[in-house]
Amino acid sequence: MNLPVLELKQLRKSFGDELVLEDISIKVPEHTATVFIGASGSGKSTLLRCINLLEQIDDGQILIDGEDISAVDVDPDLVRRKLGMVFQSFNLFPHMNVIENIILAPTKVQGLDRDEAISQAYELLTRFGLKEKADQYPDRLSGGQQQRVAIIRSLALKPRLLLLDEITSALDPVLVNEVLSTVRDLKSEGMTMVLATHEMGFAKQVADEVCYLHNGRILEWGPPEKILESPTQPQTREFIKRVQEAGRL
Amino acid sequence: MSNEEGRSEDHRAAPYSFGENWQVSKLELARRLARKKRNQRNILIAGLSSFVVLGGLAILIFTSPGFKVFSQTFFKWAYGIEVLPKVILGFATNVTLTIIASICVAIIGLTIALVRTSRSPTFTPFRILATVYVDLFRGIPMLLVILLVGFGVPALQIKGFTNNVLVLGTLAVIITYSAYVAEVLRSGILSIHPSQRSAARSLGLTNFQTLRFVIMPQALRRVTPPLLNDLVALIKDTGLVSILGVTDAVRAAQIQTSRSFNYTPYVIAAVLFLCITVPLTRLTDRSLRKSIERQNAQGLA
Repeated sequence: MNLPVLELKQLRKSFGDELVLEDISIKVPEHTATVFIGASGSGKSTLLRCINLLEQIDDGQILIDGEDISAVDVDPDLVRRKLGMVFQSFNLFPHMNVIENIILAPTKVQGLDRDEAISQAYELLTRFGLKEKADQYPDRLSGGQQQRVAIIRSLALKPRLLLLDEITSALDPVLVNEVLSTVRDLKSEGMTMVLATHEMGFAKQVADEVCYLHNGRILEWGPPEKILESPTQPQTREFIKRVQEAGRL
Repeated sequence: MSNEEGRSEDHRAAPYSFGENWQVSKLELARRLARKKRNQRNILIAGLSSFVVLGGLAILIFTSPGFKVFSQTFFKWAYGIEVLPKVILGFATNVTLTIIASICVAIIGLTIALVRTSRSPTFTPFRILATVYVDLFRGIPMLLVILLVGFGVPALQIKGFTNNVLVLGTLAVIITYSAYVAEVLRSGILSIHPSQRSAARSLGLTNFQTLRFVIMPQALRRVTPPLLNDLVALIKDTGLVSILGVTDAVRAAQIQTSRSFNYTPYVIAAVLFLCITVPLTRLTDRSLRKSIERQNAQGLA
């Protein structure tokens, strides 16, 4: 039996007195996608930030390929090289053009030769149909293009696991599709992913497992058809109903 | 789908289409004429009001009872040209002082800003020191710092330490301006949204690399206008070291003035300062405008 790429064991996180995550335990096997759904404030983003060690957890364990990255003596910089993360607000570096954004980490973190990093970046840009944008600065790109560049930027480090934090929430419906199709491509290429999203239709397409987060706990989990079509918990049913009413499923 | 296409076809065939053979409508022609008239009137009003205000001021000055004496004591150009070389020689001191001071201020100011914004526990004592330093020297008039350093340090009689007033004066300027510049740089660093740091760290960049490649380049661009502003102020404030007896432009002018009881050398010194500060101020304005444009563009994206 292969080790899961990511395993969370009884993760717990609070901000001051406010408990944000409680008893979160999941396994994400290689080449699979786990999707977290839930209302705003249910803890989805915090969970992803914890996995990437951007937030310090209060209890439990985070294992990457069986290695405990929540141990005190682990260097967070080394861990983050194995994980890619994409944010809701794109967070491209506005003072660098697309190519510079992409090669920053490969050259500075991995010590890759600049020319090599550039040719690798062009390869990625060509693959995702953004080659002609290579010399543009982020403020000249549409939101969808910015987000795709952000995805490419995190792919340039060849991560073991990709964390996608509501990556379409800041986009209009037309642009959402181009970003989602990029993620679908990655999924079909076997990238292991953890996503937080409000796009239920998309969750249905890419997820191997869907977890419904409610007040910081995983209330229900299972294959997408089960959670999205016949949830057993009343809270999940209520949430899915509201999503349907909003026309997002 | 086909229904929608049909509708857009209809729309294109609408009676008010602006096709290739578009001609300016009468309505628009009337509007353009009205705008032109309004512009002409505005120009006329601007000219008239400038003439009245500036002309009034000129009359007030030129017809004042003491104008003749005034113009001879302050604007005796022949005498001005005579003392020009001496004042320029003094002004060279101001320029040298500015160059040396601004380099040192950049280094010290940056160091203080970085220490104050760092969160590492090892830096805690330095953070406290830096805060005290900034509070202290931003709060004391620079003239006092110059006097305290210029007369206080020699009084200590430290062996091997210079008593040269020029060096001590420069030191005082550096001490004061480092505190100003540190605060400008710190505000720039803090103005960069934390999400930029998150993004950089999630790519595996270390804290230092994040600062060096992501935070500082953006922060520096943002604070270029206030930094240039401080540079202009620094150039002018170098004149204050004359109080220690340094022969800068102000002191040189003072010496000439006290010999002849004619104040034209002061005006000459003022003109020399303006020769450098005015272009710099224009540059500051331009960089400010650019920086605002850039930030607006980012807001739109």
